[in-house]
Amino acid sequence: MRKLKEFVIEKLILFCGLASIFFVVLIFLFLLKEGLAVFKTVTPPQFLFGKSWYPISEPPHLGILPLILGSLMVTLGAALISIPIGVACAVYIAEVAPLKIKEILKSGIELLAAIPSVVLGFIGMVTIVPWIKSIFHLPTGLTALSGAVMLAFMAMPTIVSIAEDALYSVPKTYKEGALALGATHWQAIHRVILPAASSGIMAAVMLGIGRVIGETMAVMMITGNAAVIPHSILQPVRTLTATIAAEMGEAVVGSEHYFALFAVGIVLFVISFIVNVGADLFLHKKEQ
Amino acid sequence: MDNPAILVKSLDLWYGDFKALKGINASFRGKMITSIIGPSGCGKSTLLRVFNRMNDLAEGVRTSGEIIINGADILRRDADLVALRKRVGMVFQRPNPFPLSIYENIVFGARIHLEAKKKDLDYLVEQSLRSVLLWDELKDRLGRSALGLSLEQKQRLCIARLLAVKPEILLMDEPCSALDPQATQRIEELMRELKRDYTIVIVTHNMQQAARISDETGFILMGELVEFGRTETIFTKPSDRRTEDYITGRYG
Repeated sequence: MRKLKEFVIEKLILFCGLASIFFVVLIFLFLLKEGLAVFKTVTPPQFLFGKSWYPISEPPHLGILPLILGSLMVTLGAALISIPIGVACAVYIAEVAPLKIKEILKSGIELLAAIPSVVLGFIGMVTIVPWIKSIFHLPTGLTALSGAVMLAFMAMPTIVSIAEDALYSVPKTYKEGALALGATHWQAIHRVILPAASSGIMAAVMLGIGRVIGETMAVMMITGNAAVIPHSILQPVRTLTATIAAEMGEAVVGSEHYFALFAVGIVLFVISFIVNVGADLFLHKKEQ
Repeated sequence: MDNPAILVKSLDLWYGDFKALKGINASFRGKMITSIIGPSGCGKSTLLRVFNRMNDLAEGVRTSGEIIINGADILRRDADLVALRKRVGMVFQRPNPFPLSIYENIVFGARIHLEAKKKDLDYLVEQSLRSVLLWDELKDRLGRSALGLSLEQKQRLCIARLLAVKPEILLMDEPCSALDPQATQRIEELMRELKRDYTIVIVTHNMQQAARISDETGFILMGELVEFGRTETIFTKPSDRRTEDYITGRYG
């Protein structure tokens, strides 16, 4: 009887494990099948480097370069803002802050992670967007910069908490050793602790960026969604994610537009995959 | 006895409410090895760590009394800790080389104290490694990570890293407890070499080690310095009953 119970439970767990893998594969295959169909209409270089995205004109222009550049600009902007602040914040929490402030900051960061992205987008729309409009005297505040600022807030919790973990797990003996040689606290941090935690910090950055690339709702609300090649961070842009979200509803199933949106999905998938594998490699390196 | 390297005057130390050191008076002589012995938790490491203020890292540490090193009271609030730790270096129980190359480990002190010139650094690395007898073993792989060394090599490297800062006093907190007997013996030989140029204070719970290497010995029990004097005297004719009990292995 006991043996039977073991057997059933074992198989059940096996089934659940296989199911998740099975579904991932299924999703991927579906994405490939629908997405690759677009290459009956355009060649891959035309698709990736085409400069105009007019999916419903006749004939449709299916170049996603403006979307890739839009995503890139928002992501880079968000990274430039969130990485220095996030890492500095992690160093402060792990090394400098007194116990009480540490607790407060950590729960604050967790809270920030818990804010739904649509709420952040909404807040951004009524705060950051008008500020940017008036600061830079723009016709509209719905720009790549607004999106970058907002996404920086979304990347920050990931970066801070993972980087803080990495810093915290640096053996205390390194710090003692550095201080015992007459290093100041800051010298110990930047010459020993930061290098020792570098792979974990890189992983934190990658995961933060991964979150930014995949984010849809907030960017769609505040970047203006103009699918043109951006020349400055103060122009409206449209990201890969926002394109799919905004257009999928109105694309005719089986049309070139529909296939093109799936192909955009593949591009996103590939980018996220690369970023995640990168983060994994860094985390793995840390464990060794 | 005049002009000791470290002079401790009625030192008390508390961790929060716990009084870890009680009225310690002692004078540690220069260019000698002094060992501090006692059972676990008696305060011997605490005493050692006061000498370069490493206790400051722990929360809620208070001290009273004086410790005079090089003519100044190092317990004063305004003591220059960087200068103190340059003068009074520490070797830890577990070898703790930085996760950097062997070369960078040694020049670490020189770099942070801004005494750096490429040629001088190369010389410094060679000198420091020679004085801990590692140069011949490691000269061809200075660029490799220090984490790949054996435990004994790591501990020697930590000593070399310390010597590179040109300290006067070396504090050693059970420097051999992670090592095997052969390595321990070789580190002890190294310590005998080093005492020609440095003052060494070593904490050990290995009484044989204290007897083998030290010139003077202090015995600490429950935060009190019970007895302090020539090692031979402590081990052959202890004047305090408690010292005798500890040395003959009745507890500890």
